[in-house]
Amino acid sequence: MAGQSGSQLSLFTPDEVEFVAEDELVEIVPNLRMDSLNFICGDYGPFYPQIAIQVPLWLALALKKRGKCTIRPPQWMSIENLTQVLEGERESHAFQTLPFHYVEISRLLFDRARDDIPDVYMVRSLVEDIRDVRFHKVETNLENFTASAVTWKNMAAMEVNIIRAFSGRALQAFYRHENEQAVPDLDRTQDRQPQNLNDRPRVCRSFCCIPIFPLHHWIDKIVFISCLLDYCPTIVFLWRAYCLFVVPLQRNLRPR
Amino acid sequence: MDSGTGEGSTSFTDDYETFISTTDVDLLKRAWRNEKAAPEILQYEAALVHRIKEQIELAEQNVEASEADGEDPLTMSLYQMDLDRTQFLLRSYLRVRLQKIEKYIFHILKTDESLNRLSDEEQTFAASCGDDLRAHLKETVLSKLPTDYNSELKQSAASEEDDMVPAPRLDSFVICKARQYISGLDFEPEYSHEITEMERDLLTFVCYKFIKKPLENGKIDLV
Repeated sequence: MAGQSGSQLSLFTPDEVEFVAEDELVEIVPNLRMDSLNFICGDYGPFYPQIAIQVPLWLALALKKRGKCTIRPPQWMSIENLTQVLEGERESHAFQTLPFHYVEISRLLFDRARDDIPDVYMVRSLVEDIRDVRFHKVETNLENFTASAVTWKNMAAMEVNIIRAFSGRALQAFYRHENEQAVPDLDRTQDRQPQNLNDRPRVCRSFCCIPIFPLHHWIDKIVFISCLLDYCPTIVFLWRAYCLFVVPLQRNLRPR
Repeated sequence: MDSGTGEGSTSFTDDYETFISTTDVDLLKRAWRNEKAAPEILQYEAALVHRIKEQIELAEQNVEASEADGEDPLTMSLYQMDLDRTQFLLRSYLRVRLQKIEKYIFHILKTDESLNRLSDEEQTFAASCGDDLRAHLKETVLSKLPTDYNSELKQSAASEEDDMVPAPRLDSFVICKARQYISGLDFEPEYSHEITEMERDLLTFVCYKFIKKPLENGKIDLV
């Protein structure tokens, strides 16, 4: 079982990934005159009106919010480039080259600098299509995992973060089973319990969708579907017996 | 006003340009990411944290001074934002370390290697936390168990090693990127059949214990 307690420490929330992405540089065109800013994270400026300058994304968004600049969308966010990238993603199995934080950067710009992006709806739909195609590739590639090191070229930060917890635990389980290390007994009992819990919902499901005093033809449909899904033939048989024999008796005994 | 370009404690990067342009905030961000992603506690970056604390204090004084002078509120709010971001990084870094200490408290106290990775304040914290936890366990549970079973480190007197102490799982998988090409020589010899090389800037899912040595040497970043 790929369960592992204590993996919470190593998880990054999406906000933390966005925080890291906000340090990427973007180009802005300020409309004010300002002296240079000497931050702890670096020196930027001086700012002259209509002269483009590179600043971190968080600074650009702060200035944009106060109406002090316009943000130039990055080179990779043009419609031509995105269409090319989308075609490339659809045709090949590998990932196309995109900035590591393209998801966060595009989302922040769509939310707060929409008027600075030409054809924003087109760009937005292209980015979403690219995200869908790439994530579909990630899901299919997950089937090819082995216990050894897995490498991926050009995967983006948000995609990595989404599968981090699951793939880490799965790889660890593969590694453990393949190497058959001497695992202490304590670990094994902990691993066994979650497995039993997983089996129970599948049996309960066929009970839950059928109420206590049902209509016969309605049960039969559900039972038939349950059979097809191969949930639990024995339970199905017992339900049919219940419907055929017990319910008519209850109907007769129920006061009208 | 203190500028951001720090000298950097980087003794491991060969590229001169990256060496002079890596700010302290970049180094702190790297240390924070490594600490968050690693299953065990890493070496405390004492010099880096000290420099960052000084820069934060200086920035706070400047913000207060310019508030008193009545400077442009826009500039002040931007300086405050930068200050908040750096403070968040520092606090999160220290907080993650404290969480790890609390989680593996007995393991850290009894392993010298882990204990040496803590700062002085963290060592004091670990010692007092360990004492409190030991006292609490004794009072609530252990004193009521038979003598052979009342140790917080061993399951019973018959145990040969401390099996009640949870240790960090070094076989957990992490995602990393190499900052330069890494050949087989940089890895431990016992893992050389598992992993032979690592290309630069390629995302790799790998078992943590294989890359422990290059990580300590700063050749790998955890993502």
